[in-house]
Amino acid sequence: MTGSDSIGMEKLCYSINNRAILKDFDFLLERGVNRTILGVSGAGKTTILKLLLGLLKPQSGRVFFGDLCITGLRESQYREQRKRIAIVFQGGALFDSMTVGENVGYRLFEEGKLTQGEIEKVICEKLSFVGVERAINLYPSELSGGMKKRVAIARALAANPDYIFFDEPTTGLDPIGVYNICNLIQRLQAEGKTTLMVTHDLPTAFATSERFTFLHQARLIFEGNEQEMRNSDIPEVREFLHPTEQSLFV
Amino acid sequence: MNIAVIDKILIRFFSELQNYFALAGQTLIRLFIRPFYYREFAIQFDKLGFSSLFICVLTGLFTGMVMALQALIQLKPFAATSYVGGMVAATMVKELGPVLASMMVAGRVGSAITAELGTMVVTEQVDAMRVEGTDIIKRLVVPRLLALLLALPLLTVVTDAISLVGGYIMSAGYGINPTMYIKGIPQFMVFQDLIEGVTKPLFFALIVAMTGCYVGLNTKGGAEGVGASAKQAVVLSSVMILVTDFFLSKIFVAFR
Repeated sequence: MTGSDSIGMEKLCYSINNRAILKDFDFLLERGVNRTILGVSGAGKTTILKLLLGLLKPQSGRVFFGDLCITGLRESQYREQRKRIAIVFQGGALFDSMTVGENVGYRLFEEGKLTQGEIEKVICEKLSFVGVERAINLYPSELSGGMKKRVAIARALAANPDYIFFDEPTTGLDPIGVYNICNLIQRLQAEGKTTLMVTHDLPTAFATSERFTFLHQARLIFEGNEQEMRNSDIPEVREFLHPTEQSLFV
Repeated sequence: MNIAVIDKILIRFFSELQNYFALAGQTLIRLFIRPFYYREFAIQFDKLGFSSLFICVLTGLFTGMVMALQALIQLKPFAATSYVGGMVAATMVKELGPVLASMMVAGRVGSAITAELGTMVVTEQVDAMRVEGTDIIKRLVVPRLLALLLALPLLTVVTDAISLVGGYIMSAGYGINPTMYIKGIPQFMVFQDLIEGVTKPLFFALIVAMTGCYVGLNTKGGAEGVGASAKQAVVLSSVMILVTDFFLSKIFVAFR
């Protein structure tokens, strides 16, 4: 199942306080195939992102980056491989003691491979790409929700990753904000980045992904493209796409 | 309470204890490993150490004054009020100075460390740092520990010195000669007391920093979780300081 340039998990089980979040879960993110994970709130979508990044440890099963199985390894042993992945967290997760510029250049400052001038050039470039270059000296507390997400995307881009994960990138944004983020994601994909998104926002998901994974009660119940999803006979998928009165409080 | 419940509590307790010491061990090892975050250390030293100076001065001043007041009352019937300086010095330098300064710092700084790290955890900033390739212990825990290891002994020395000034102010009010007050100090103290007085804060700094960081990094939930963690860190640090002080005193007495 593993490929040298893919990220995924096999037979993975993860639970919190004896409540199963994922059961025997298989997942593969291939390079160049943009994917969205769908499911109702609390289905374990964000957990998948964190497991793939090695931020959470599964009870059983394996997570792999290409040929390297990271399950059971110490964080320092796969830190290098993980640098190929960046994530845009739901709330942006910007470091609030640092300015926007310092946030964007954080990884580059940490690595210490580039000079101050080179890092500043990268920061300006990335901020310009997401359209918030004028906020370079502001602190995260001085930014709007949409700007925070765009700065978070700029930070994710700074280290030039191959894969970018998005956790609910459009939640809480106005339609223009949603359009901007959606447009940014499409531009990233055009530049060759592979995206994995977790969202409830179906228009954004359909506009930015080719493959869809649907989670229900700790299991993967659907995997396919948009057309296959729209034509699916699986009741949970149909209900998610077309909620009815019966869906109330389910 | 049945056996299963006791079993669960004990397992949780020992698991927490193991994780606490694991974090402390990993932090101590990283004290000597590159990279060193000098800027972060300077910021933390200012935030945790220098900013605690005022409360330590107040603590020392009023504790010294009240110690002198009580000693004067007790010593007066024996016409031994000239020993008040020595009594204040011995009590403050060996015991009260380190403990009170550390408790004040635990209340002010321990809660701040926990709240700051706890907020970073619940807003996913710690996860973001990890993804960016940062060693969290090195970046967040080591500078705080180093800052406290340096600041707390210094703050204790300040607290001790100010308490002697406070004791003197009170004694002067009762007509004690300044020379008698100062001459009384070495009569009650030996050099080892000074060593004891600056060694204890090193252990207390370790307790305050590690407890603050451990509880902060294990914060769960939102704002309520951060509040609960801050409270837990202060209570734990304070209790651990008192218990550790007893055992350290026993050890120092044994080697006297």
